[in-house]
Amino acid sequence: MNTWRDKAIYTILVGAASTSILIVLLIFFFLGKEALPFVKEPGFSDLLQTRWIPVSFNREVFGLLPLISGSILITLLATILMIPFGVLGAIYIAEIATTTEKRFLKPFIEILAGIPSVVIGFFGLVVLSPIIKNLFGLSTGLSAITGALLLALMAIPTVITVSEDAIQSVPLSYKEASLALGANRLQTIFRIIVPAALPGIIAAVMLGMGRVIGETMAVLMVTGNAAKLTLNPFSSVRTMTATIAAEMGEVAFGSTHYQALFWVGIFLLIMTFLLNLIAQQVLRKYQMR
Amino acid sequence: MKKIFMSVSLVVLSMALLVGCGANKDAKAGGASAPKYIIIKGSDTMVHLASNWAEAYMDQHPDVDISVTGGGSGTGIAALLNSTTDICIASRKIKSKEETLAAEKGLAPNEIVTARDGIAVVVNPVNPISELSLEQIGKIYTGAYTSWKDVGGPDEKIVILSRESSSGTYVFFQKRVMQKKDYAQEAMLMPSTSAIIQSVSQDTWAIGYVGLGYGTMAGDKVKMLGIKNDANTPAVLPSVSSVQNASYGIARPLHFYTDGTPSGAVKAFIDFVLSDKGQAIVLAAGYVPVN
Repeated sequence: MNTWRDKAIYTILVGAASTSILIVLLIFFFLGKEALPFVKEPGFSDLLQTRWIPVSFNREVFGLLPLISGSILITLLATILMIPFGVLGAIYIAEIATTTEKRFLKPFIEILAGIPSVVIGFFGLVVLSPIIKNLFGLSTGLSAITGALLLALMAIPTVITVSEDAIQSVPLSYKEASLALGANRLQTIFRIIVPAALPGIIAAVMLGMGRVIGETMAVLMVTGNAAKLTLNPFSSVRTMTATIAAEMGEVAFGSTHYQALFWVGIFLLIMTFLLNLIAQQVLRKYQMR
Repeated sequence: MKKIFMSVSLVVLSMALLVGCGANKDAKAGGASAPKYIIIKGSDTMVHLASNWAEAYMDQHPDVDISVTGGGSGTGIAALLNSTTDICIASRKIKSKEETLAAEKGLAPNEIVTARDGIAVVVNPVNPISELSLEQIGKIYTGAYTSWKDVGGPDEKIVILSRESSSGTYVFFQKRVMQKKDYAQEAMLMPSTSAIIQSVSQDTWAIGYVGLGYGTMAGDKVKMLGIKNDANTPAVLPSVSSVQNASYGIARPLHFYTDGTPSGAVKAFIDFVLSDKGQAIVLAAGYVPVN
């Protein structure tokens, strides 16, 4: 009786723990199954063209390059924008802020993390995009830089929280030793604590990038979604996520366009997978966690 | 401790099963047979109108519940094909591909014209241009014209705004105005009509297209252009009468699609939509009645 019960519980627990593995495998399998016919019919090289024209009376073109460049451009810009705010913010909260300041700052960061992306997108469309337009003298504020700013805003809470953990997990003895040797507070922070916490900070930025590359609604609303192969931050771009979100609803089941959208999904998955892999390697190398 | 764990997991499992069954029943009730609950899905252009009809109808018939959701004409037709909606609202005709799919599934899409819509071409109120020919607009959207100078305006770059390719309006505009040519690569695809109006009201040199109802509602935020069918005819402003007498060049019928001839509560609702009362709602919402 007892062994039966033990086995049942064991099975339930193993099942619960491995569900996520199973789901990931199923997603890979399903994406591959839906996307595969594209390789036979229009051919894989069609995915490497420089235009994305999914609806056309003449010839439909399914080049993924503008979508990939759009996602990469936005992710890089957002990363550049979020590093100073996220990392410096974390340093301040972990090392300099008084208890009262912390009690004031942290809830606001948590609120920022909790704002739905549609709301941020709406704010971007109505408030931020006219500001960007006037600031840089553009003909429209719907551009990669506007999207990147919003995404940085959304990723900053993640970066701050994880970096702060990393900074606080630096042993107190490092700090004490540095101060005892006559280094002042700033020297201690930037020459001892930050280098010691660097792997954690890098992982935090990677996590932030993961959030940025997968975000959909806010970019769909503010980047203008013109599928252009460009690295100009003031140009309108179309990201992979926005493309899937905007087009999946309309597409005829099983059509070439449908299969092409699954290829977009596969490339997106590969990119996030690589990002996660790198983050894990960084953490393992420095033996954090 | 173990016992507690077992009973908790049993409760969770049985709840999951119950929820699963409930969902199945709901899905069946949402299907074709004589519902008191009507699901309407499809064109974003028609969502506003359809919910006005639904509200007026539910006021008269408190026993009927109607839910209206958007997503685009294609989404609505897909829902009709999957039998997850009773009425599909569509701002374009059903494609032959979709009809074949419907036939394969044993469905018979039934088309009813319930209203007409003019597509207004809008620019920022500051823009000195107030009329364009269909050909000029087509050339702007295909990217042949890139500056307002090309159509007699100031030397400023044209910011082209379009709906997403999932929108029925996107395809209609491409067919009617752009002679089936492809959109310019520079054209920005906006997720909603309100996003187009928002951008045109902010960006001085932008051009966009929206349903007449939305254009009228936007008031002073945007300027609707007069349309010349060709270079020699006079420009016609979009309005109820110009759409009805077919002098306005960019207009289209708005459809309901049902599976087979409607019956029961769905038929009663469609009769209401086509009645004088229903058509008065069309007019009030900024669209154009059928007759």
